[in-house]
Formats: sequence, structure tokens, C-alpha cells
Amino acid sequence: MPSVRSTDVKLPPFQQLLERHAAELLRFLVASVGQVDAEDAFQETFLSALRAYPKLRDASNLRAWLFQIAHRKALDVHRGRARRPLPVEELPEVATGGGETTGEPELWRAVRRLPDKQRTAVFMRFAADLDYAQVGAALECSEPAARQNVRAGLATIRKGWASG
Amino acid sequence: MDERTREFARRARAEGLVDVAYTETDSPVGRLLLAATPRGLVRVAFEREQRDELLEELAERLSPRVLEVPGELDEVRRELDEYFEGRRLEFDLPLDWSLTRGEFRRRILERTARIPYGETASYREVATAVGNERAVRAAGTALGANPIPIVVPCHRVLRTGGALGGYGGGLDAKRYLLDLESGRPRMA
Repeated sequence: MPSVRSTDVKLPPFQQLLERHAAELLRFLVASVGQVDAEDAFQETFLSALRAYPKLRDASNLRAWLFQIAHRKALDVHRGRARRPLPVEELPEVATGGGETTGEPELWRAVRRLPDKQRTAVFMRFAADLDYAQVGAALECSEPAARQNVRAGLATIRKGWASG
Repeated sequence: MDERTREFARRARAEGLVDVAYTETDSPVGRLLLAATPRGLVRVAFEREQRDELLEELAERLSPRVLEVPGELDEVRRELDEYFEGRRLEFDLPLDWSLTRGEFRRRILERTARIPYGETASYREVATAVGNERAVRAAGTALGANPIPIVVPCHRVLRTGGALGGYGGGLDAKRYLLDLESGRPRMA
């Protein structure tokens, strides 16, 4: 343990980050990669954050910082799936047995097929309820760019919905 | 703690990522917050101190990697339970003095840690024992700032003549601990 902190940024106790942001990060991850992979991604997100935390130089937007990490973990999951042609997630499109199978809106599955940035922006905005400034900060782009990604994503889904 | 945060605490601990582990526990003198670093027990705090402020103080003075990891404090909790049941007369725990500023304060507290169970000393006696009988007020300040009360038994230090003096956990707590150690029947 370093006896003298390497930065003079005042960082809150990590426990506070966990308590304040665990629920919304989990919502984002569940929407983004599904319940099963979300649990792992959640652990990986907070472990990465805890590893990097003492060296963090800017404490002004910790929420966006956490979402940035979660976003990368979700990307890893998506890329892993793209390499493995095992579309388990896509199979039970038709309910097997009675009623709800996964409990997640079919709409979210449509969002998952969007390009990375659009998908992430839509989930951050609507599953985790971030505003556009926060989405931009988490995606390392401007607020207008974040807004544009959400708009483009929604347009694509609407088109698919209308034709499907 | 839900299952998910418990799992996170377990993994963070296994990876050695927790610089300050804490937990909360019930005791006859109210709820206590216990915090430890890899070096040892660093903080015991009474209920009257705000949890959020305590955690912020730990983050600022030790490391921001502060996490609730109850398992890290099992031994501390066990010894405290035994103490409150009257089955433990001294603590056998590694201590981390990082939160005590200055050598004088540390010497006062280390001297206090050697006052035996069931005995008391005056502020003047403690000051004298570390070689400065005139530093009675400074000794009182050092004891008042004791970051590890109960385990470092500042409750055993009284005014000359036997008046209670002060106590961070409140005078009722101080009286309770002294009664406990004297074997007298205690009021809850």
C-alpha cells in the first residue's frame, strides 16, 4: 500500500462508487450482453476499476469513467461472441414453453444487433438513464455525437421494426 | 450485502486489491465500524461517528481502495466478542498506527495499550510514563484522538482522583467498559 498517494486528486472511498453505481451499471450490462454474461462483466468492470482507481488523475466524472470500463467489458463479450459462431442468445426468439423465457424485451435484442457505438449509446441512454453529456463522456465523444449515435440507432431499429 | 457484492469483495480481496477493508458489527456499546489494512487493525469507531465521513477519512488518509470486506475482520470481531463476554483479557491483534500523527501521540497510545485489564491510570501517569509529566493536556488530546479505542484501551485512563474524563464513544460507553473489566454487574 502506498503511504503517499501518487496524485493529489481527492478520490472518494471505492465502496461509495460501488454503492452508488452498481445498480445502473448492472442494468446497462444486462441490456447490453444479457443476464448471464452481465454477471461476469459486472465483476470484471469493478475489478478493473478498483485496480486502476488509486492512479486515477481526474475524479470529476467517476460515473462516466465506470461506464467507460463497463462499455469495454461489454465490447469484449460481443467480440467474443462474434468469434464463436454460437448464437445461443438468438435461438429462443420464439417462446419455448409458456410465455416469457428470458424476461428481456425483444426490442433490446434488436438493439444488440446495432453497430458498437450506437448500441452502447442507446443502452447507456435508456437502460442506465445517463444523459447525453454522460453518454458522451463514457464513450469519449462529444455530447452531440452521443446524441447522434442514439438517434441513428433508434432510426435503424424503427426501420427494422416497420419492415419486420 | 447481496450475493453480487459479496462475490466482488471476495475477488477483490483474493487479488490483493483492497487497501482498507472494513465491516460493521454490533456490540454492547453500540454498533462499531472496524477497519484494517494489510498491516493490521487501523480503526475502531463508535456509532456516533458518521459512516460516510469515516470512510472518506480512511480514503483520504490511507488509500481510496476502501471496501466492505467482512471476512478480512473475522479475527478482530472474534476477539471483540470474547472481550465483551468477559473471556478475553487482552487483544492479540496486529495494529496499524498510520492514523496516529506524531511520535508523542503514538508513544502515549502504546503506553496506554500496556495498562492491564481491570486497572486504570491517570492522564498524568501516562504522560509521566512517556517522559513528560507536564504534557497532561497533550496526553489527553492523544487519547481523545485514539483511532483504535477498546483494543487500545484509552477507557482505562481517568482524571487524577478518578473522575471519568472524556471518551470518544461517550461516557456511558467508558463506564460500561470499566464496569465490565471490574467484574461489577453492568447496566445495558
